[in-house]
Amino acid sequence: MLSVNSLFTEYASEHGTVVKAAQNVSFEVPEGKLFTLLGPSGCGKTTTLRSIAGLERPTAGEIEVAGRAVYSSSRGIFVAPNKRNFGMVFQSYAIWPHMNVFQNVAFPLEVRKLGRREIERKVMRVLTAVQLDHLVERDATKLSGGQQQRLALARALVMEPQLLLLDEPLSNLDAKLRDAMRTELKRLQREFNLTTVYVTHDQTEALSLSHEIAVMHDGFIVQIGTPRAIYEQPTNQFVADFVGQTNFVGGTVTAVDGAGSCQVRTALGELKALATDGVARDAAVVVSVRPEDLELSEQEIRPDAGDNVIRATVYAKDFLGEYLDFHVKVGDVVLQARAHPSLRTPTGDPIFVRMRAEKCVAIRTDTAPRGGFDANEMKR
Amino acid sequence: MTEAVGRWGPGSHAERARWRFDSRWVLIGVPVALVVWLAIVPLTFLFWQSFLTPHTAARPAEFTLENFRIAYFGGETFGLFVNSVIFASGTAVFALFVGTALAWMNERTNTPFKKLFFALSIIPLVIPGILFTVAWMLLASPKIGLLNVALQGLFGTDYVFFNIYTMAGMIWVDGLHYSPIAFLLMTAAFRSMDPSLEESAQMSGASILQIAYRITFKLAWPAVLGSLLILFVRAIESFEVPALLGLPVGIHVYTSAIFNAIHQYPSQIGLASSYAITLLVLCCFGIYLQSRLSYQSSRFSTVTGKGFRPRTIDLGRWRWLAASLFVLYFVVIVLLPFLVLVWTSLQKFYSAPSWDALSRLSFDNYFAVLDFPGFWTTVQNSLFLSLTCATTIMLVAAVISWVVVRTKIPGRWVLDTLASMPLVFPGIVLGLSIMICYLYIDIGIYNTIWIMLVAYVTRFLPYGMRYVSTSMMQIHKELEESAAMSGASWSMNFRRIVLPLLKPGLLAGFIYVVIVSIRELSSSILLYSPGNEVVSIMIWELWQNGQYVELSALGVMLILLLFVLVMIAQIIGRRFGIAER
Repeated sequence: MLSVNSLFTEYASEHGTVVKAAQNVSFEVPEGKLFTLLGPSGCGKTTTLRSIAGLERPTAGEIEVAGRAVYSSSRGIFVAPNKRNFGMVFQSYAIWPHMNVFQNVAFPLEVRKLGRREIERKVMRVLTAVQLDHLVERDATKLSGGQQQRLALARALVMEPQLLLLDEPLSNLDAKLRDAMRTELKRLQREFNLTTVYVTHDQTEALSLSHEIAVMHDGFIVQIGTPRAIYEQPTNQFVADFVGQTNFVGGTVTAVDGAGSCQVRTALGELKALATDGVARDAAVVVSVRPEDLELSEQEIRPDAGDNVIRATVYAKDFLGEYLDFHVKVGDVVLQARAHPSLRTPTGDPIFVRMRAEKCVAIRTDTAPRGGFDANEMKR
Repeated sequence: MTEAVGRWGPGSHAERARWRFDSRWVLIGVPVALVVWLAIVPLTFLFWQSFLTPHTAARPAEFTLENFRIAYFGGETFGLFVNSVIFASGTAVFALFVGTALAWMNERTNTPFKKLFFALSIIPLVIPGILFTVAWMLLASPKIGLLNVALQGLFGTDYVFFNIYTMAGMIWVDGLHYSPIAFLLMTAAFRSMDPSLEESAQMSGASILQIAYRITFKLAWPAVLGSLLILFVRAIESFEVPALLGLPVGIHVYTSAIFNAIHQYPSQIGLASSYAITLLVLCCFGIYLQSRLSYQSSRFSTVTGKGFRPRTIDLGRWRWLAASLFVLYFVVIVLLPFLVLVWTSLQKFYSAPSWDALSRLSFDNYFAVLDFPGFWTTVQNSLFLSLTCATTIMLVAAVISWVVVRTKIPGRWVLDTLASMPLVFPGIVLGLSIMICYLYIDIGIYNTIWIMLVAYVTRFLPYGMRYVSTSMMQIHKELEESAAMSGASWSMNFRRIVLPLLKPGLLAGFIYVVIVSIRELSSSILLYSPGNEVVSIMIWELWQNGQYVELSALGVMLILLLFVLVMIAQIIGRRFGIAER
């Protein structure tokens, strides 16, 4: 449906230096799916989104929607944003303060010269969908944050866009409201089957909303995958670190088998781990293990075939209500583990740790974390 | 240990109450007294004087309503009112039209060389009104105007193409002179607009014209109307253009009528006062409407979200037309006036450019001006006045703004209102009221340079206030609070935290006040006395004597000086990172 190919967007900053905001960005979004660009601020995710919108003019690349090129550097195509028919929700919502709720939503239809009756019908339908139908006459500036957010969404949806673009739509809401709106957004997206590109720096939003996520860093996409793949099998250290919490243990690969697993010599001893792309014998790697994948037990654990079992000492504990954070020490290495609050091993006592091999992900460290997500490049 | 706690911990109730009692008195009392003295007292005298007959050697002043009878029911009344309103609204509309068009092109389109144009747009501010008016007289007067002479030569007729001594001519000159202000006001309005408001309209499918009409201008409307009112008030107060272009041909407006009433024998101070009161009422009404409007438009406050690089509209090939409009504007507002002054200053007697005249160029006029008796005293007076005035204003403004912006002292808004009030006073009205005031209250400053200092400080205090309180609002309150938590006293806090952080604002305001003080004419014209002339008065006198060539030489030097000052201000501004917004 949406296809972005080798997109580069650069612009001159106020100081005159060139900002390389999007570098060789390529991805596909199938019809009706929600695709998220995730990354820290300044990673180029908003610029990529604005390039799709047409609000930034890219320096090179191709952008196609349903077979229609809206931007192509090779063919010299640039479709103006107002001719693209993409709905967009801005971070600041961009609610027009001189119009009321109805007028805000009606605007996209008015500029398309629809009849008054049809405008009214469509506006009311979309306002009902976002539950603002009781505030039709309200001044747009007198809405609460959540209502403004829904109004912005309604305005983007009313024109039945080919593509919905969301630029950090939840970041201006407080935590409780954000959770509610996230669920709401997901419901609407799935219900209307909207092809959506979503930009956020919040991993929870990305993981819970998306069909697919692209993690961006310094203008490059560093990994694309389903939320589960991004979380469980990060292919580089940046992704593992940025998405969720993790433990990194450095080491050297001693053996690789053809089935995608490997042996790594670390400060914790020999670990069986999952080999990601580029992991070969003698390669320097880090092994990433999520805190919830460290199983703790006071009794000695008998390792199964695919298990790593280590004997450690309880170093510190943080009680956090629904779970406990254990810091366990093996030699000089401190690992973080998440445990059920019923585990009450005192600090200083010995404890056994089991990490399943498929949960330990070996990631090469000598490849630069920003490589660009380009399959050919990675193999080379 | 306990002692330390007692000392640094929260004070006892009694201690706190005493602090609040003391500081309230000092903080509110002193500035209020000062501002009341500056802003209110002279007005009272003006009001009182308007009910008195002229005081002459033969007859003492008596109570009368005659002044108001002449002012409101005299033969000229209606004409005066109509002229003033036509002149002011014409000027305001013309200036706003030019300023808005330029601001929109500069802020919202991809017109080439925009940065350069924005820098150039500051330059017109350095040409004082009197010089701008004289320059346009030299350009477009029916007899000697260069443009007329040139066009007449070109077409071989003696048809008068331009006549600057008309209402249209006055509006042209004054409108051009105020257009940079309109440009800056509208630039600010365009900048404070969240660009995503326009972007979201574009994403909704609106074309450039639809966005411009339905979003940009609808949102800018309150700012447009507000700017129009500000310009109207500025125009109705302006003195130079009506005095130089209107008086010789009998087109009278309030400011020139006041001047005329004073400069006849016996001085009709009472009549001048009643004109002044009328003018003041008109100005107050304008400013009142403007403040109502800006209150209402605060609903429209559109400064939200993160600041993104505003996207500009692609004008395509039209951008070169836009650029040439900028060039034309620059020619009309800076280049032509300045060049005609330079040309004139190099002549023995005024004449149109020709090969013959070219052979007579000399710098004699410059030496003549430098050798004028009293020239150096005049320069000294101007420098003394502008520097002293700027220093005083910035200090007073810093304290007042701090009280207004930072404290929760009840009644602080009164202080703000009082200090901003002189903004409404036309220069000539202020000059008149101060003149009357110190004629009656003899504290020995009448006929000295100090009375002009009082006038300048009163007149420009509001500008200082704007500069300081804007930068004050940008200082986060917690910066001061953390200094207090570190144990700094109020005065320490003010000296070590507030003032240094305000420095860019103070400096910018200081230079601005210096510039406007050097240009000041309409108050000084009623207050100066022999030996206390300032540069603008010297120009005025040269004009009255018809010494155009010497006037031009002096004018060129003054413009260059002001230009250097503005450049210094820009450089300082850049170094301290005050953006031009």
